[in-house]
This record gives sequence, C-alpha cells and structure tokens, in this order.
Amino acid sequence: MLVIKNLKANVEGKEILKGINLEIKAGEVHAIMGPNGSGKSTLANVLAGNGGYEVTEGEIYFEGKDLVELAPEDRAREGVFLAFQYPIEIPGISNATFLKTALNEVRKYNGQPEATPKEFMELLREKSGVLGMDPQFISRSVNVGFSGGEKKRNEILQMLMLQPKLALLDETDSGLDIDALKIVSSGVNVFKNKDNAVLLVTHYQRLLNYIVPDFVHVLSKGRIIKSGGKELALELEEKGYDWIKNDELIEENV
Amino acid sequence: MGNDLLNMIELRDFNLPTTKNEDWKYTNVAPIMKYNYVLGTSLGNEDHLSSVLDEYFFQDFDYYKVVFINGIFAGKLSDLTGLESGIIVDSLSNFQKNNSELLSKHLNKYSAIDNGFNELNNSLSSDGLVVYVPKGKVVDKPIQVLYFNGDKTENVLSVPKNLIIAEENSQVSIIANYHGIKGKEYLTNVVTEVYAGKNSIVDLYKIQLEEENSFHIEKVQAYQESNSLFNHYNFTFGGSITRNDINTCLNDENIESHFYGLYLAHKNQHVDNHTFVDHAMPNCMSNELYKGILDGESRGVFNGKILVRRDAQKTNAYQSNKAVLLSKSAVIDTKPQLEIFADDVKCSHGAAVGQLDEDSEFYIKSRGIPQDIAKSMLIRAFAADVIEKIKIDELREQINHLVFEHLNRVEVKNN
Ligand SMILES: Nc1ncnc2c1ncn2[C@@H]1O[C@H](COP(=O)(O)OP(=O)(O)OP(=O)(O)O)[C@@H](O)[C@H]1O
Ligand SMILES: [Mg+2]
Repeated sequence: MLVIKNLKANVEGKEILKGINLEIKAGEVHAIMGPNGSGKSTLANVLAGNGGYEVTEGEIYFEGKDLVELAPEDRAREGVFLAFQYPIEIPGISNATFLKTALNEVRKYNGQPEATPKEFMELLREKSGVLGMDPQFISRSVNVGFSGGEKKRNEILQMLMLQPKLALLDETDSGLDIDALKIVSSGVNVFKNKDNAVLLVTHYQRLLNYIVPDFVHVLSKGRIIKSGGKELALELEEKGYDWIKNDELIEENV
Repeated sequence: MGNDLLNMIELRDFNLPTTKNEDWKYTNVAPIMKYNYVLGTSLGNEDHLSSVLDEYFFQDFDYYKVVFINGIFAGKLSDLTGLESGIIVDSLSNFQKNNSELLSKHLNKYSAIDNGFNELNNSLSSDGLVVYVPKGKVVDKPIQVLYFNGDKTENVLSVPKNLIIAEENSQVSIIANYHGIKGKEYLTNVVTEVYAGKNSIVDLYKIQLEEENSFHIEKVQAYQESNSLFNHYNFTFGGSITRNDINTCLNDENIESHFYGLYLAHKNQHVDNHTFVDHAMPNCMSNELYKGILDGESRGVFNGKILVRRDAQKTNAYQSNKAVLLSKSAVIDTKPQLEIFADDVKCSHGAAVGQLDEDSEFYIKSRGIPQDIAKSMLIRAFAADVIEKIKIDELREQINHLVFEHLNRVEVKNN
C-alpha cells in the first residue's frame, strides 16, 4: 500500500528526514516510536502533503501512485488520513459543515454519490456513538473550546467518517485519560480491516496494548534505526532509547 | 431627476479634508471631488419602486420598513404598521413639523462639525431618519431602513441626517442598509446622532452595500447616559471610497459600548474606519472588535482612539483590530491611539495583520477539501467572531453570505 524509499525532507532548509525506508501493506499496523524531535511528525506531515515540508530526495508510492506529486486534498481523497498531533481550531465552521464537506469531496473524487442529509446524519450517529461523543458537538465549531482529549477523539471521528485506506495517527493517545484511551483505541480497532493500514506514532507502549502493532520502528535523528515486532515496544519501555544508539545497531528496515 | 442647475453642489466650497489633515492622512478624497453633484431630491412618483426595492431588504424576520431615496424619506414605500403609539419613526422633515421642541432638544446637540463633510451634511441636509423611543418603551421589531442612492444619469449627492432618541429604559434595534443604483458616480454623506438615555439599549447595525462607483462617508456620534448600552455593528462591502467615523461619548457611570466592525474590500476599494470612544466618567466599559478582509489592490485604514479622561477611574476599555490580506497588493494602515489620563484603568489594544493561516489551510485540505473551499472556510473563521455578535439570527447568515458573494468566493454555510 505504502512504499517509502530513501525519503529525505527539509523544514525551513534544515534536513529532518535523512533517508527513510518503510513499507506498509494492507492489513498491517505499524508503530513508530522515537525521542522528541526525531522527525515522527515530520514524516506524518510529509506523507499527508504539508507544504511546509520539502521532499528533497526519495520516493513515496501509495497504491502505486507517486504521492509527492499529489496535492494534500488529493492525497486525502486517495485515502491518506492524518490525525494531527495538534488538531487545529476553526471558529465559525461547524463540525457538521466540516465533516459533510470533507465526506462529499472524498466521495465525489471517487465517483460515489454525495451523502444525503439523512445518510450523513445516520453515519455520523453511528460513528460518534463508537467514540461516545455528545451529539451536541456537531453544531459546535471545529475543535473550538474542545479539551485536548476531545480534539483527539474528533480526529478519530473524522477518520471513521472518511474511511481512509491509510491512517496516520500522530500521538493520538497523548493527553487522553485511561477511559478515553480505551474508547479511541476501540475506534481505531473498529476502523481496522484487511484492506486498510494504520501507522501509529506514539511515545507509550500502553497504547499498543489496545492497538496491537505488527511492526514497531524506532525513529532517531531522521532515520529508522531499528525495527521489530510488538515486543520491541516493551523493550523500549523498559530500557529507553539509549541502548539502541549505544549498540549502534543500525538496522534499516526493508 | 430634473437637471436643475440650482441644485448643483460645488464641493470646493466645503473645505473638505486633505491628506495633510492627520485624521485623513491615508484617505485621499480627491477622487470624490472630480464630479459635480446634484442634491438628491424626492423622485415624486416612487410607487413603481416598491417591488424593485424589496429585494434589498434583509429577509426572513419581522421588521418595520423605512425607505429613503437619495436621502429623502419615501413614505409610500415605508411600512410602519403596528408600531406602538408613542414611538415615532419618521422623516426628519415631518418630525420637525410635529415635534419641533423635542427635535431642538436633541438635533445637533451631540455631533460637532469636525470637517468639511460634516459641514456639507449640515448645510444641505433637509431630511433623514428620526427614531424616537419614549421612556420605558421597547420597539418590538428591528427597524430596517433602506437608503437607496444614486441615479442613472446624474451624479447625486445624498445627505441624510439621522437622529435616534432612546429615552430612559427604552430599547431599539435599527438596521441601516445602504444600497445604490447602477449608474453614475454618487456620494452619500451621512451624519447620525444617537442619544442613549439612562438604562437604554440601542443596537445600530450598518450594512453598507453601495455601488462600486460610489463614495460613502458617515459620522455616527453617540451620547450615552448612565447604565446605557450602545452596540454598533458596522459592515462595509461596497463603495469605492468609504469613511466611517464611529464615536461615542460615555458621559456618566456604568455605561457600556461595543463597536463591532467587519470590512471587506477588493479591487481598488478603500475603506477607512475611525472610531473614538470618549470615557468621561468612572466605571464604564467599552469594547471594540474590528476585522478587515482585503483582497486585490484594496486598502484599509483603521484608527481607534480611546480617550480616558481624568475622572474616568475604573474604566475598562478594550480594542482589537485585525486584518487579513488575501493578496500581495492589498494594504492596511492601522493605528491605535490610547490617551489615558486616569490612573486606575484597564485598557488593552491589539492589532494584527497577516495572511490566512497555512497550518489551518493544510488541516482543512488534509480532509479532502479543495483549496478554494479551504480558503473560504478560513475567511469565515476569521470573520466569525464579529458576525456572531449579530443578535438577529437571520441577519447573521445573510451577512455571512454577503462576505463570500462580495469576495467572489465559494460560500461556506453552516447547516
Ligand atoms: N515548522 C517547523 N519549523 C522549524 N522546525 C521544525 C518545524 N517542524 C519541525 N521542526 C523541527 O524538526 C524536528 C523534528 O520535529 P518533529 O515534529 O517531526 O519531531 P517529533 O519526532 O514528532 O517529536 P515529538 O515527539 O516531540 O512530537 C525538530 O527539531 C523540530 O524542531
Ligand atoms: Mg511529533
């Protein structure tokens, strides 16, 4: 589904990603862990097409298409979704307007009919139910006045509504209380199937108890320095990141 | 309109301000002076306009309807049925005949002649809107006033002089809606005086949708007594040169004033808003929120003056003015002007000018929403806190619609 080859990217002229190689297949869950500032959000933003990040080398293929060439809205319509580490507030635009516009744009692009108001409301009721969200939120402005946890939930709701093929979840677990973590995780598990894939960015192995990854990668200074199965996360939790660096066991992933 | 030479106005006689005047530094009125204007007069038979003008009113809510054509009251086109007795909504000329005592108590008592435009209005105006709300009365519906200006073949000057008298414990909401006819260049030069008596609440909405080849000047001068609340909502869409002076004098205690403004400009439009809040007495609060959206080669000016006089202790005065520039050629000049002579006051002002936020734009686009709608959403987001202040629900969405229509962008509606 996603193939990243030797990806290098700059932010404001500074190289942050220094040659990333990663392949994600349909049905897989990958987790990326790594110290603050190592480039995890940068990778997620580059994949979603944030114009503030410049790809200087390498390739990104999504379902055989060259992602680098696509505008962010087209990436989204093709099925890439980024749950932001810091979701943005949009005053004056209701969640209903936002979600309906997004849903219909994605549908139009994929040659599907737009949702009728009734369909939309039913879909919304179903998905917000999964996340235990107060239906009142729908008439409120996007993320305005939402608590940190509510914003994260709202990201997952958007994901459930848009049904992407690849979900990039950037620290969706941070700022969540234990109950919210369970709810959000169950939202992701409801979403997951054999045809889509999830890339989780997290600092905590706790999340991985709920959303079990097939692969765990350690990103450090713009490179994936170690990859492994879910037990790698446990090892990291216990030992931190230093032992990998000390080992200098640089194991580029396939 | 008759081509009556006696009615031809020589603007040169009126000592109009130049850019040498500090208050007019950024607004050059020379383009206004290029034309010779005839003074707006009544059209005589105006019945045929009735259905034409209906489309200019904001719809879907109940209101008292008042029409002025080129500054002259059009009684036949107005509809004040149901207005409670004692409350008067009328033309200045009629009011003069029937209530001369009351008129002389208020007219020209609040607004001084500050410049040539005020003088022009003062010496030529023969009509305008008078709203009189006696003690304790509440006007049950907004009064929507359509000022329809201009002419197909003449350059017209309209000089309405408006007076709003809200006595003790009264309440009124007025929507002043300025439109024009597609035709020759015209000048609308208004003076509006507002008297807000003790405990009164006055909401004054101004929506300026004049033609692109017109000039629009207005001075609003409010005078507030204790515990009164004056809300001014100022929306500018039209006109090639617009200048608003919105002033209030807080001349007693526990007064509250709110100035909200949203101005949009594109092409070569020039919009200048000057506000002046005069805190003369203690324990009052004023709050200003002005926002500008500038596209094309347009230019905006905001000058917000707050004066806190020596006696005005415990004053709370806030001012915020922000502008977003949608094009590289749009320009804004802003100047806060705080003059504080009391020591126990809370005053703050903030100004910000920028482009639409790129992170927000990316967030929206990352949901599959195209660039043009993303930008429209951010425009709506920017304007939201001003538009949300509108108390009349139906008016709010219609003004939001005008924002997109005026900027010629995809509309974003909430549903
Ligand atoms: N817009 C930006 N402007 C300047 N520097 C940036 C920008 N975005 C990211 N960086 C820098 O790039 C580096 C990687 O940042 P990134 O956000 O990708 O880290 P991260 O791995 O997600 O960290 P965290 O775990 O703290 O979220 C950091 O040094 C950061 O300061
Ligand atoms: Mg990050």
